[in-house]
Amino acid sequence: MAGDEVRHLPLEDLHIQAGARFGAFAGWHMPLTYPAGVMKEHLHTRDHAGLFDISHMKLFEVRGKDAVALLDKACPLQADALAISQSKYTLLLNEAAGIIDDLIVTRLGDDRFMVVANAGNASEDEAHLRKLAGGLAVTIDPLDRVFLALQGPDAWAALSRAGIETGSLLFMHGIEPRENWFMTRSGYTGEDGFEVGLPEMDARELVTRLLDDDRVGWVGLAARDSLRLEAGLCLHGNDIKPEINPVDAGLMWAIPKEIRASGKFVGANALQAVLARGPLQKRVGLKAEGRQPVRAGAALVDAEGKAAGHVTSGGFGPSTGFPVAMGYVAAPLASNGTQIFADVRGAKVPLTVHSLPFIPHRYRKG
Amino acid sequence: MATTYFTEDHEWLRVEGDVATVGITDYAQEQLGDIVFVEIPQVGKGLIKGDTAVVVESVKAASDVYAPADGEVTEANETLGSDPALVNSAATGDGWLWKMKLSDKSQLDGLMDEAAYKAHIG
Repeated sequence: MAGDEVRHLPLEDLHIQAGARFGAFAGWHMPLTYPAGVMKEHLHTRDHAGLFDISHMKLFEVRGKDAVALLDKACPLQADALAISQSKYTLLLNEAAGIIDDLIVTRLGDDRFMVVANAGNASEDEAHLRKLAGGLAVTIDPLDRVFLALQGPDAWAALSRAGIETGSLLFMHGIEPRENWFMTRSGYTGEDGFEVGLPEMDARELVTRLLDDDRVGWVGLAARDSLRLEAGLCLHGNDIKPEINPVDAGLMWAIPKEIRASGKFVGANALQAVLARGPLQKRVGLKAEGRQPVRAGAALVDAEGKAAGHVTSGGFGPSTGFPVAMGYVAAPLASNGTQIFADVRGAKVPLTVHSLPFIPHRYRKG
Repeated sequence: MATTYFTEDHEWLRVEGDVATVGITDYAQEQLGDIVFVEIPQVGKGLIKGDTAVVVESVKAASDVYAPADGEVTEANETLGSDPALVNSAATGDGWLWKMKLSDKSQLDGLMDEAAYKAHIG
């Protein structure tokens, strides 16, 4: 993060007006909850449509004749295999195959891509990309945009009522519907939905039109976290970090088979070594048997009381109705149904290894 | 007659004789948000002022509730096991947390009355 200065959302006044309670996240002053509260906001998103201000996240346009070359070096990606308007979840890896950040890359043209990076990593990502871009004919352009997400089963209809035609856009595809707009059908909740990057003035108008619809309500960062956790999606800094590789993280699905053994991306050699050895630990879902939540940082032990791993994200799942968590366990304990225990303030809370996601994804794939 | 006291940590105590019923204030429950679990104390447990007596878990975080005075737990609110949201909906009523027998009532002297507490939260 650059400096200690807290950054403010361009639409902060709207959140204040909506009665938001704010808190710090990744250097930003963010709306955590609105008067409805995290539980109702979460359930509203699953039932209708939640509107999220995610302008803390950063959009980078990467363009130039070597844009493909840069992305293929920075990420375990075959950027040239993406069709125009296709998006791909990918990773920025370091030399040790540790995860610097997770990204969504969308191909906008032959030599033009949009990269969406996490707030807390944006400046580090940018510096890393610029270093790798040395000598290449490529421009990395951080964009000044408001970034909104509309998530939930009514997202499509609400956007359409607000005058935004999403056309035939399917999950993990992105387009530029207007000048300086960028819209993907994706999100961080497990629901069908959209993310829209757009200039502030346009964003104010869009927000007004969307909130005029009873199906749409503001949703804060607290519910964004419980939604993504139920959906089994990683939070960088918690569930994945520079010390964790994609094999242990269970993210090899994001890396095309063709380049796993022969890739030229940063971290390729280290990744091959990890693949040859196999994971020592695995990221798993954890379901609490009682109602007591387990939180990030809690130590995990097996039935004999031996160290078994740790929790990286945890909380109560408003849609599951039970506490949900994610964490890393020793590879032999990673199969579904294995019982382990979390140490919560000295008490042993029983947990079961559970498949991810906890709530089935409802993406609009076709 | 019961007298109600408030602490700077946003707890209330309703004292009758030498028994105090303890809970968190409406202000506190609002700050915490939706409460999903309450770790209640064992009856008979001895508490020293400032000890963590109860842990209240909201969707997002766990928060300690401290013993506002020395004493022994005489009852815990078992209803919260099945209905932890009572702390949200009735913080100063059915959402009480525990009852304790006070061992040093002079500790109450430093606490606030309702008017002072209202001024405290502003």
